[in-house]
Amino acid sequence: MFTVFESVARPHGAPVAIDAPVARWAALAVDPAGPAFMPPVRGTVYGTLLNHVDALAALGEQVEAAPYKAPPRAPVLYIKPRNTLAGHREPVVVPADVPEVEIGATLGIVIGTTACRVAEAEALSFVAGYTIVNDISIPHASFYRPSLRFKCRDGFCPIGPAVVARKMVSDPNSLEVAVGIDGETVRRSRTDRMIRPVARLLADVTEFMTLRPGDVLMVGVAAGAPRARAGQRVTVAIEGVGVLETPLVAADA
Amino acid sequence: MRRARVAYGGAIHDAVEHATGLRLEDGRVLAEDSVVWLPPFEVGTVIALGLNYADHRKELSKEVTIAAHDEPLAFLKSPGALIGHRGQTRRPADATFMHYECELAVVIGRSAKNVVRADAMRYVAGYTVANDYAIRDYLENYYRPNLRVKNRDTCTVLGPWLVDAADVVDPHQLALRTLVNGTVTQQGNTRDLMTDIPGLIEYLSGFMTLAPGDVILTGTPEGVVNVNVGDEVVTEIERIGRLVNTIVGDELFGRA
Repeated sequence: MFTVFESVARPHGAPVAIDAPVARWAALAVDPAGPAFMPPVRGTVYGTLLNHVDALAALGEQVEAAPYKAPPRAPVLYIKPRNTLAGHREPVVVPADVPEVEIGATLGIVIGTTACRVAEAEALSFVAGYTIVNDISIPHASFYRPSLRFKCRDGFCPIGPAVVARKMVSDPNSLEVAVGIDGETVRRSRTDRMIRPVARLLADVTEFMTLRPGDVLMVGVAAGAPRARAGQRVTVAIEGVGVLETPLVAADA
Repeated sequence: MRRARVAYGGAIHDAVEHATGLRLEDGRVLAEDSVVWLPPFEVGTVIALGLNYADHRKELSKEVTIAAHDEPLAFLKSPGALIGHRGQTRRPADATFMHYECELAVVIGRSAKNVVRADAMRYVAGYTVANDYAIRDYLENYYRPNLRVKNRDTCTVLGPWLVDAADVVDPHQLALRTLVNGTVTQQGNTRDLMTDIPGLIEYLSGFMTLAPGDVILTGTPEGVVNVNVGDEVVTEIERIGRLVNTIVGDELFGRA
């Protein structure tokens, strides 16, 4: 079991805050002199793509053409491996050979109890809480068979600052997700525009793949993900869940 | 040394091979069929290679678009899909083409970042056998091979042993084969890997840090055939091990 009474955060250099009130870490997380945080979870992180209505719509009639040949039937999923995890404010290296990276802002569902073949009506009871995921990619056009090089670089999955308990988030399907670059909001989207809302997504994924305590399932990135480059400070804010900050830095020469 | 992880007598144990089966770290010697076999090490990131044998590429050519000069076709699996030796794998009732894949699994022993080919083998802790099932009925053209095909519960079998790298003189000269109910259905040799083990470590560590316990499933040769409920599937690799698995149906899982 991964249980969260109110919220779990793991600031560097501070006592591990287990089941702390949000106020215990929230002030640290926004304090300009505050510490970086470790990722608040240690399970497997699964991404979901093309779940946002606008993201699928952006593909338009391409879904009927090669190589896709049909719209997706099952959830479009991928895995962010453990080398990609980074906490709040932990710097992420932009590879020297790319001018900018794509910022995939999304709500992360954190599993509390082992979820295998859960019914949609009961799915939320398997959720410990929610977090923020910044699914960073090297921009690429095709969803057909993308190389691991695009999504699996070290640090390409900032997550946190905390896991906020399910009871603290009244409706995960009605949250604003805002991306900021150097303090300016560049993209706003909402979690109510999903082909599969949270409970439906959990039901369809766990039909064939068990999710375990501490695993994270992303709900899905909206269309038009912004891009950022080394030297910039990226934030992803989700109402009621927090603000996840990521300094992008250049690779060592 | 050949090492295993097993469940026995109410606990999980490390074990090593013994003339009559295996010996737990606490000294108990047991028969192979008296323990529950788990994947033989704590598994981290699971990286699998598609189409890394030329003959298998040809076999799947109707649905494959890849050229020889392309980078290795790698994808990820999650530890949740794994089971051990002598386990049961579920075949959904609606599947029409479910096949095994016998693969040499390379286990990383220390943190590897930007490793060059000439040094790569020093990062290998050992080897085991993988049987990486796929259910092609569920193939879709988004993020291929999609997780519903390749990352299903019970569909990645790993074991029985983790064989120390020092005990395998040449991992690129190992015969592989699969037997379904005792009949050989797949044969190959690791000498035919298109991207060999140091090549894979150099490629992967060039963009992601590999950590101890990460494992690379190096791909499968031609000879994949459908398997059915009740089949015993044995994937074996010379000097590495003989991995036994049984295909079971939905009813065992309470699915009508």
